Amino acid sequence: MSEATIARGQPAETGGIVHRATGWFRNPWRRPRVLQAVTYLYLAWTIVPVVIAIVFSFNSGRSRSTWQGFSMRWWYQDEFNSLWTDEALRSAMSQTFRLSVITVLIAVPLGTLFAIGVDRWRGRPAGVANFSMLFSFVIPEIILGTSLFLLFSNLLQGAVRLGTTAQVLGLVTYQMSYPFIVVRARLLSIGPEYEEAAMDLGSTPSQALRRVLIPLLGPAILASVALVFADSVDNFVTVRYLSGQAPSEPLSVKIYAAARASPTPAVNAAATVMLVATLTAIGAVWMIYRKVMGQRGDELTAITEL
Amino acid sequence: MASDLETATPAGGGRARASRSGVWYPRWYWPSFTAPGLIWLALFFVLPFFVVLSVAFGTVDPLFRTPLPVYQPWYWDFATFGETLSKFFVGDRIYLSPLVRTLVYVAASSLICLVIGYAVAYYAARHAGKQRGLILMLLIAPFWISYLMRIYAWQSLLQPDGYINDMVSLLGFDRVDWLAGKPVTVILGLVYGYIPFMILPLFGFLDRIDQNLLEAGRDLGASPYRTFRRVTLPLSKPGILAGLVIVSLPMFGDYYTNDLLGSESTSMYGNLLDAAVYEAGRGPEAGSLVLILIVMVMLPMAYYLRETRRSTGGT
Repeated sequence: MSEATIARGQPAETGGIVHRATGWFRNPWRRPRVLQAVTYLYLAWTIVPVVIAIVFSFNSGRSRSTWQGFSMRWWYQDEFNSLWTDEALRSAMSQTFRLSVITVLIAVPLGTLFAIGVDRWRGRPAGVANFSMLFSFVIPEIILGTSLFLLFSNLLQGAVRLGTTAQVLGLVTYQMSYPFIVVRARLLSIGPEYEEAAMDLGSTPSQALRRVLIPLLGPAILASVALVFADSVDNFVTVRYLSGQAPSEPLSVKIYAAARASPTPAVNAAATVMLVATLTAIGAVWMIYRKVMGQRGDELTAITEL
Repeated sequence: MASDLETATPAGGGRARASRSGVWYPRWYWPSFTAPGLIWLALFFVLPFFVVLSVAFGTVDPLFRTPLPVYQPWYWDFATFGETLSKFFVGDRIYLSPLVRTLVYVAASSLICLVIGYAVAYYAARHAGKQRGLILMLLIAPFWISYLMRIYAWQSLLQPDGYINDMVSLLGFDRVDWLAGKPVTVILGLVYGYIPFMILPLFGFLDRIDQNLLEAGRDLGASPYRTFRRVTLPLSKPGILAGLVIVSLPMFGDYYTNDLLGSESTSMYGNLLDAAVYEAGRGPEAGSLVLILIVMVMLPMAYYLRETRRSTGGT
C-alpha cells in the first residue's frame, strides 16, 4: 500500500485491481516509465533522422531516400558531382571555414572586452550597453539579416560590398553576444577579489587584467570560441542575405538551394562535413577545457547556462 | 562550481563597491572596454534599423526598380507602408492568410514543444540517474547540428519513396505526399527544429527545484499530482515562459522550414518577407514587412529581455 493512501486517510479496503492501479499511480517512488519512454523516444526522434542523412551520403545511387548500396561516390569518386570534385561545393566549403574563422577572431575579443567593460562599469550607460547586446541576441535573425542587407545595398553601398565582408560583419554582429553572455556569467561568479588582491600586491590595473583576469576568464573565452565557430558554420539566414555572387555562398546556403531543387547525396556529404566541423571544434575545446580545468562536465554547465 | 563557493563570502553584495573604492581607475578605463562593441552595435545594429525605416518610407527608382531610401525623416512617405498594411486587412487581404497561418503554426508548434519538452526536461532533471550525463549530451547535440541539415534530413525521410512512407505502406495505408503543403508536416518540422531551445531552459529551472520542497509537499499530504501542480509547476513557470518565448521568436521569422517541407499553401510570414527582399521594385514593401515583424515580436522580446536582466542582476 502506498503512503499516499494512508496520508489522505482513505480506507484501504477498496482492494482489487483498481486499488493496485491507483496505488501504483500514487506511489511517489515508482519508476516513471511513461516519462522515460517519452524521453528515449524523443532522443531517438532527434538523432535518428540525422544519422540516416549521414548514412545516405554513402549511397551509391542518386537518391537520398532509397538505399542503393555503399559507395564513396558522392564524397570524392564521382567525376563532377561529388563533394570533392564539384567546384561549387568545394568553394562553398572553404567559404564556410573562412567566414567562421574570421568571425571567431573578431567576435570573441569584441564580446569579451564588452563583457568586462559592462561588468565593471556601473551606471546607466552600462545598463543600456548590456541591454542592446542582449537585444541583438534575441532578435529573430531574419530581421537582422534583412536589415543588414538593406544597409549594405543602400546606405553603405559603396563602402561594403555584399559577399565575404558583409557576411563577416553580419555574423560578428549576431555572434558577439555569445562571448558576451558566457564571459559575463563567468565574471559574475569570480568577482573582483582576485584583481584587487593583485593590485594590493602592487600590480597596475593593466597588469592585473592581463595576468589575473584574462587567465581566469580563459575557460569562458575558450567556450565562446567553440560556440561562435560552431554557430557560424551552421549559420544560414544572415550569410544568405549578405552573400553576393555564387562564390561567396557557404555550405549552408548551397544545401538550402540544393534541397529545393534536386539534391544528390553530395548534399548529405556537405552537411556531414559541417556537422563534423562543429563537433570537432566543440570536442577540441572540451578536451583543452578538461585538461586546463581538471574538472568534468563544466562545458555542459557553461552551455546549459545559455 | 568551485568558483561560486569561493565568491560566496559573507560580505555579500556590498563588497564590490566598498573594496573597489581603494583602487584608482581613470574614469574612462572601463567604458573604453565597451567602446569597440558599442561602435560596432551602433554601425551594424542600430544603423540598419534606420535604413529599414528609410527604405520602408522611401520610394523606388522608376527605371531600375531599386529602392530609393529617404534618409531625412521629415520627407518620409508612408504610402507603401500603408499599402502593405492594407494587404493584411483591407480588400482581397492577400497577406492575411500567411499571417494567420503563422500565428496558428507558431502557437501549435510552441505548445507541442512545451508538452514534449516538459516531459523530457522533467525526466532528465529528476529521474535520469546514471544516464544523466549522456541524456544531457544528447539533448544538447541538436545545437551542434545545422538547422538546415536537420530539416533536410526530414525532407529526405518524407519523400514519396522515403522511409516514413515505407512504414506507412507497411502498415497497410497508401503512401502520403507529405511535402505537398501539409500543415502537419510544417508544424512538425518547426517542432523538430526548435524543441531543443525549449528543453534547455526548462531543464535549468526544473533542475534547480529543491527536492526537499517536493518531499515537504508529499509529507503534508498532497498527492503526487497536487504536489506537481502546486509546487513543481509554479516553480518552473519562468522556465516555461522563457522556453515559449525562445522557440516562438525565431518561428515568427522562419521561412526555410516551409521552403523545405511545405509549399505555397503553407507559406508563412517569413516567406512573404523573403520574397519581397529579393524582388526588384519591392524594396519599400520589404522594409515595411520588416517593421511589421518587429512590432509583432516586440512583446515577447521585451518580456524575455526583462527576465534575463533580472536573473543576471544586470544594472
